[in-house]
Amino acid sequence: MSERLSVRKTYKLFIGGAFPRSESGRTVIVNDAKGRLLANAARASRKDVRDAVVAARKAQSGWAARTGYNRGQILYRIAEMLEGRRGQFVEELRDTGLGKAAAAAEVDAAIDRWVWYAGWADKIAQVTGSANAVSGPFFNFSTPEPTGVVGVVAPDSPLLGLVSVIAPVIVTGNTAVVVASEPGPLPAITLAEVLATSDVPGGVVNLLTGHRAELAPWLASHQDVNAIDLAGAPDDLAADCARAAADNLKRVRRPAAGDWTADPGTARMTAFLETKTVWHPVGV
Amino acid sequence: MPDLSTFAEAAISPAELRGFLRGLPPVDQVGAEERAARLATRSIKTSAKAYAIDLAISMVDLTTLEGADTPGKVRALCAKAAHPDPADASVPKVAAVCVYSDLVGEAAGALKGTGVGVASVATAFPSGRAPLDAKLADTRRAIDDGASEIDMVIDRGAFLAGDYQKVYDEIVAIKAECGDVHLKVILETGELVTYDNVRRASWLAMLAGADFIKTSTGKVSPAATLPVTLVMLEAVRDFRARTGRQIGVKPAGGIRTTKDAIKYLVLVNETAGPDWLSPDWFRLGASSLLNDLLMQRRKLTTGVYGGPDYFTLD
Repeated sequence: MSERLSVRKTYKLFIGGAFPRSESGRTVIVNDAKGRLLANAARASRKDVRDAVVAARKAQSGWAARTGYNRGQILYRIAEMLEGRRGQFVEELRDTGLGKAAAAAEVDAAIDRWVWYAGWADKIAQVTGSANAVSGPFFNFSTPEPTGVVGVVAPDSPLLGLVSVIAPVIVTGNTAVVVASEPGPLPAITLAEVLATSDVPGGVVNLLTGHRAELAPWLASHQDVNAIDLAGAPDDLAADCARAAADNLKRVRRPAAGDWTADPGTARMTAFLETKTVWHPVGV
Repeated sequence: MPDLSTFAEAAISPAELRGFLRGLPPVDQVGAEERAARLATRSIKTSAKAYAIDLAISMVDLTTLEGADTPGKVRALCAKAAHPDPADASVPKVAAVCVYSDLVGEAAGALKGTGVGVASVATAFPSGRAPLDAKLADTRRAIDDGASEIDMVIDRGAFLAGDYQKVYDEIVAIKAECGDVHLKVILETGELVTYDNVRRASWLAMLAGADFIKTSTGKVSPAATLPVTLVMLEAVRDFRARTGRQIGVKPAGGIRTTKDAIKYLVLVNETAGPDWLSPDWFRLGASSLLNDLLMQRRKLTTGVYGGPDYFTLD
């Protein structure tokens, strides 16, 4: 009997909970660190960006309406699913040039990052919200609300960096359209398989692979995107995107040179929150 | 086939009418669906798309047919019909506003001088289950209040029972009541079951004096579909070839995106011909479609994707 043919994975996009190819039909060649062909990944177009934003918008109100407790459970579930695929992610990270121990450490850190942010889901309101003293018989509360649809240009750290920019966006009730790392897009699509099996509603996270310089400006200029995180955009692209984002007053987070293994702090979560203040008469 | 000129007298026997309608060639179902699907793959881009969007806007019958319609909602809809995008005066106005007959007065007042028509559904819309004198009174009231177009429903029950004459007589009676006012006849194709019936109902309505044939009320699923519209477009094309009289077509219900609207325009151009590419001969009954058309139009003019936040809700 002849040797069994290998069954290789088609790396597609992740939009609205489904895995479509790019509407353009284009692909990009992804090589490993030694220059050997790994896969042809989908090369998203502006229309895929458009579709992803529509999916993210559709999912946003429902995701934000969930309790923080429930979002925390779901983020923790993502960590569990990622744990179950440890070996696969270690292999994919080794293809990008990491050593065995370093790859394993990065996967561990990524899983722990989900758990860390999961814990924040029902606590961020206590930290960023407040009960304000006012000169009248009213309770006055400030509570954090999600910004809405957030565009994310992911950094080149293909797993830990990606998780570190997605988790803080979605944990508070935003939905995300993410442009994955250009040199290392494959772990992003494998992460999408994790998200798709973790009770994350379709459309909460949408992952696009392709050229950043082609996709980021469409996200930045899109009038139905409320904020953009330019973590992975080089300086000139980030400047262009920030300018385009000003048109509808998007919140913009410019790249900060990051050591993704460091303690993330709450800055990324609070960058995509709005504050709502409500008055309520005392004694009613 | 009998000589069609005899039908113009409205004095044909039930047997003749029945024989004519039953004698119409049957529709090739698979062929019609394939043809509609094939035409739907045409790619319309850039300047052709801009033309198609403006044409589609000018063909929209902006519709609100809810039990919860208020005079305020109708006025808001009328304002939108006359100036679909208040920020851009180059956007054409829509063809008409379509409301229930009791709100015609409200719409006619709000639209005075704008050139936008007032269409009223009448004749016990959407079911059509009422005695003829009630239907006639409904129609008369709408016309008295200022309707420029009447959208009537046919009696599907009589049609399906094979009583074509009853359906025919009803359309003739309503048309007589309308006089010069445009009469659109709603076939409610979702209840006619087969394409053969759609073809028969189309001919029946045209013979009885309809100015437009319309697919559906929007209250029954499926509403307008491409193959059904294809069959109706073939009917108006063949009718003009035989009688010289041109009849309009209006698909309504379920047309929500610019892409859908452009598919219909392609279908019109390829089936009935470019003579029908005008709001006088083709309409799109819709409500949410207009916002999508405006959004696509702005994408073409500004180069960036818009969002629903920037257009009025209706």
